[in-house]
Amino acid sequence: MNDLLTHPLKTSTGRTIRSEEMIINMGPQHPSTHGVLRLEIVVDGEIVVDVIPHVGYLHRCFEKHCESMTNYQQVIPYCDRLDYIASMNMDWAYCLAAEKLLAIQVPERVQYIRVIMAELQRIASHLIALGTYGLDVGAFTPFLFMFRDRERILDLFEMTCGARLLYNYIWIGGVSHDLPPGFVDKAKAFCKYFRPNIKEFNDLLTYNEIFIKRTANVGVLPKDVAIAYACSGPMLRGSGVSFDLRKDDPYSIYDRFEWSVPVGKGEVGTIGDCWDRYMVRMREMTESLNILEQALAQIPDGDVASAIPKRIRPNAGDAYVRSESPRGEIGFYIVSDGSGTPYRVKARSPAFVNLSVTPEICRGSMIADLVAIVGSVDIVLGEVDR
Amino acid sequence: MTPLEITDRLKAKLGDKVVDAKIDGVPDPFVKIAPGAILDAALLLRNDAEMEFDFLMCLSGVDNGKGILGVVYHLYSMTNRHKITVKIDIPVAEPAVPSVSSVWAGADWHEREAFDMFGMTFTGHPDHRRILLPEDYPGHPLRKDFKVPEFYQGMKVPY
Amino acid sequence: MGLLDKQFNNSNVIITSIDGLLNWARLSSLWQMQFGLACCAIEMMAAAASHYDFDRFGVIPRATPRQSDVMIVAGTVTLKMASRVKRLYDQMSEPRYVISMGSCSNCGGPYWEHGYHVLKGVDRVIPVDVYVPGCPPRPEALMEGLIKLQEKIRNESLVRKTA
Repeated sequence: MNDLLTHPLKTSTGRTIRSEEMIINMGPQHPSTHGVLRLEIVVDGEIVVDVIPHVGYLHRCFEKHCESMTNYQQVIPYCDRLDYIASMNMDWAYCLAAEKLLAIQVPERVQYIRVIMAELQRIASHLIALGTYGLDVGAFTPFLFMFRDRERILDLFEMTCGARLLYNYIWIGGVSHDLPPGFVDKAKAFCKYFRPNIKEFNDLLTYNEIFIKRTANVGVLPKDVAIAYACSGPMLRGSGVSFDLRKDDPYSIYDRFEWSVPVGKGEVGTIGDCWDRYMVRMREMTESLNILEQALAQIPDGDVASAIPKRIRPNAGDAYVRSESPRGEIGFYIVSDGSGTPYRVKARSPAFVNLSVTPEICRGSMIADLVAIVGSVDIVLGEVDR
Repeated sequence: MTPLEITDRLKAKLGDKVVDAKIDGVPDPFVKIAPGAILDAALLLRNDAEMEFDFLMCLSGVDNGKGILGVVYHLYSMTNRHKITVKIDIPVAEPAVPSVSSVWAGADWHEREAFDMFGMTFTGHPDHRRILLPEDYPGHPLRKDFKVPEFYQGMKVPY
Repeated sequence: MGLLDKQFNNSNVIITSIDGLLNWARLSSLWQMQFGLACCAIEMMAAAASHYDFDRFGVIPRATPRQSDVMIVAGTVTLKMASRVKRLYDQMSEPRYVISMGSCSNCGGPYWEHGYHVLKGVDRVIPVDVYVPGCPPRPEALMEGLIKLQEKIRNESLVRKTA
């Protein structure tokens, strides 16, 4: 890969063309760092020798806030703001951990509502990820198409809890409101509307010759490196590892649905390249639709607030619970000292871990590929920095 | 393997380095190990053919109060599909822990974060710097005795 | 538009004041610095995308501060980021405007009390023209903020001092 480094170019008169390393700073204000990531890039000409990510420009003291609130419930709005593209999944992950500490069983209807919300959120999150990824590599139109469809999902959320982005909807032991009348029909209509659009995205972007040229064989993440760095989500599945917590460490009611885990197969390049990660996300949207349609057909009636505890005071102890967010394994480690406030909350955020592998996969690529690689990791800085 | 078998295996190999173990009556079964032995334990946990913990789910620092800091490792095995939690306690006066980033590459950033938030040092870490806060930020904020600075670089910090 | 109302019937002559012309030109093509910080940036993106279409106000995202007229501070400004925000503001050329979008950049938002690393309001480092409340503000609210900024620009004057 570093041909120029090991075999320097010679001029016609036999002189060696010298090259030297240069450090380029990318971010925190850069259109394709998806927020406030800063990359310190060591380059030799166009070739990336090393990348040093600098994070923390959005460190909002999440863990300190958890310890400083007056009860467990008040933490949820901060969880919303962790991964602001997939707030429902964050709320759910935190509630799962708190429910494990409290040993609460949530009612059947709540389980279904949570699955429906989480899968709608997964589609919305992937739409942003794929749309901005198109922007990163120079395709503007798919972004507009994907935001158009995302607005429909946000309408569904708004109908349910009044907010577009940060919901505070999933509570410990239940959800804040029952589904509004007509929600199930509207959600079914959305599934019917959205399924053909995935083909449209594929025609627009996925199989576009230029897009394939930009992403195939770029930023290849081998399977063993992915596991050593504890990558998860589409990052790990793109490398050909079929590992999805909804299937392999099932929580809630995911074992009731028929669906499959898409993995990277190296269709246009090598297994684990940027295109594979992109394609895993694209296929996951179809799988989410499959889960959604089954959940919407099966959802039972019932009370959604019956299991919400009046007073949340778990016994002293600690629990780590993980679940699958659109970016991978989101885990909450909660330590309780028996009082009404969490003693310590640690969020194991998937984007933080996935980002730590970027230096490994960037070395030896070109500067222009760096944007494609960072985009394919799909980071959300709120979650990286917490 | 069940958590009981895992702790028995660790006790057999590490002897009295295993300080404590709790399987029943807790949400997550855990093993507590003497802080100096964490690197040996990590290598054993990863390399033992029957345990093979190759996936470090999470590494968290904790301030246990009364002058004790802690590090908690949540491990998972992709091949054997089992989990275990490993804990260590370290005195706040001398907070040095051997780094496990040579065993699990993913521990690198987690350890930097724990250092940033709690101030424990990870000996043998390849890039021991702060990660989230700026280099010149005073103190380690997640310690229970942390006081918010009045000013940082001329900017007022409290509301 | 007030400017074009003053057109004579059968000619190409438009009579207006210099102030009116300059302000009209400024307010109709406010190029925005492409600069998202946190949650609000997603709503800013949604405002710029197909459904809300910020383009119709003449707002186009620019990647560099040198070419932009308005900086929308969309999200939490942390202590580590504050000096960068200040520098980006300094790099913008005059006349420059700042919209503070969302509670975090207005006053610290939900992080006002325990945020040891959060700047409690971007107005502690740069001057702000319009504050848009909300956590996060809806795209409509951001548009309202932009229209307020346009009103402010419309009343500016080269000779007369404005508040």
